[in-house]
Amino acid sequence: MEGRPEGKTGIHGWGAYVPRYRLPMSEIARVWGWAPEQASGLGMKEKAVAGPDEDSVTMGYEAARNALRRASIEASRVGAVFFGTESKPYAVKPSATIIAEALGITPATMASDLEFACRAASEGLRALIGMVASGLIEYGLVIGSDTAQANPGDVLEFTASSGAVAYVIGPREGAVAYFEGSYTYVTDTPDFWRRAHQPYPLHGEGFTGEPAYFHHIENAVKGLLAELGLKPSDFDYAVFHQPNGKFPLRIARRLGIPKEKVLPGLVTPVIGNTYNASALLGLARVLDVAKPGDRILVAPFGSGAGSDAYSIVVTDAIEERRSLAPLFDDYLSRRKEIDYATYAKFRGIFNVIK
Amino acid sequence: MSMDLSVPETWRVKGALYRLEAARCKACGRIHYPPMPACPYCGSRDLERVTLPSEGVLESYTVVYAVPEGSRHKAPVLLGLVRLGRVRVVAEITDADPSELRTGMEVEAVLRRIRSDREAGIIRYGVMFRPKLKGGSRGG
Repeated sequence: MEGRPEGKTGIHGWGAYVPRYRLPMSEIARVWGWAPEQASGLGMKEKAVAGPDEDSVTMGYEAARNALRRASIEASRVGAVFFGTESKPYAVKPSATIIAEALGITPATMASDLEFACRAASEGLRALIGMVASGLIEYGLVIGSDTAQANPGDVLEFTASSGAVAYVIGPREGAVAYFEGSYTYVTDTPDFWRRAHQPYPLHGEGFTGEPAYFHHIENAVKGLLAELGLKPSDFDYAVFHQPNGKFPLRIARRLGIPKEKVLPGLVTPVIGNTYNASALLGLARVLDVAKPGDRILVAPFGSGAGSDAYSIVVTDAIEERRSLAPLFDDYLSRRKEIDYATYAKFRGIFNVIK
Repeated sequence: MSMDLSVPETWRVKGALYRLEAARCKACGRIHYPPMPACPYCGSRDLERVTLPSEGVLESYTVVYAVPEGSRHKAPVLLGLVRLGRVRVVAEITDADPSELRTGMEVEAVLRRIRSDREAGIIRYGVMFRPKLKGGSRGG
């Protein structure tokens, strides 16, 4: 592992955001006539819903603010802001500049929006590792944020939810966790997509599983382990992309990782699939509880398709930074239940003349 | 193509909307928000930018049911008078039902969509306040 560029870099701050509103699965089943057990088959209880004045920018801003507070650095030292989303408020006009300006990072910074379904933010994370390791920038900010869309009545509606996560990446010195290695595995696999000007994505039903999610994550993780000379039992926690509550447990079983190492970072059953936040939000929850010396495996996935695998080791610095911003569970416990009609209004499912 | 929201104005006030930037008058010492070219109290143009605290106290509020056009989706609109240190500002309160609001409650600033110009125009982001998050000692 010595000498790898990843080893020169680490996480200085992490930040979560989950909106206040929750839609129980029973509401979706009631309105669309699904079998009552449909949601439990997906391992789902309820999902988080962004409020009427929220979008991926406002949620991403709050997650980034939390990450910067934990990093305890001047905002102007951030040299790149990467914003991963598939729910951009503007089709053309960067969201990253809005967040960078609001946080006081502008103007001497890179800023761009990335797209790769649910793993755009992870691609940004891997790019930042390289940029920090090379010395091009001192610190970088990556944000994953989505108000995920689903065709009303589609099975995807059970899981598509809203949330955000952010990380400040910088040199290994002073980091709350450092990277040991990273590995990316992508192919052209059309498991899920949204065509231009379409409001909702389509997906290949069962095709989203075996040739997409499982194939890519398995190969990314195996590639990482081979490069680092590690085995699954070397990790204290494992966090995978979580499109539902079941897939992460199944890929863990296939890789020989026990359920107990996955559950602390499995957030989808209680907030839904936050798309670009998903696995990285699970990592944030793990960092909320992890101890110095813990080794964490993280593997985000994005349709189209690809997966990144990271090995991360927690340092002593984590304890003092944890209390500098709200924890994932602080947001989780701020819960207001809503019905389907309110959800439909908040998420713009009604067609209203403006 | 006509637009409801002025692009130059939205751009010009972004410091106040995004980061609670206010102006302190060097002549009379008072602070006003949002910043204007001259002090509204003494008329001096000798001003300096200051940033207001992001946490404060809800001193008063009103619940608006007859909302402006374009705001029906978030009705009723909660308007608060928020004390931020030496300054009081008027802003929307979010993430709360009217029954949850109390005079004297702690609130904190968040960035939200204040208004969007129909389907194709600009989106104006800016500060709103919400009841302080529990675990708020961590909120900073």
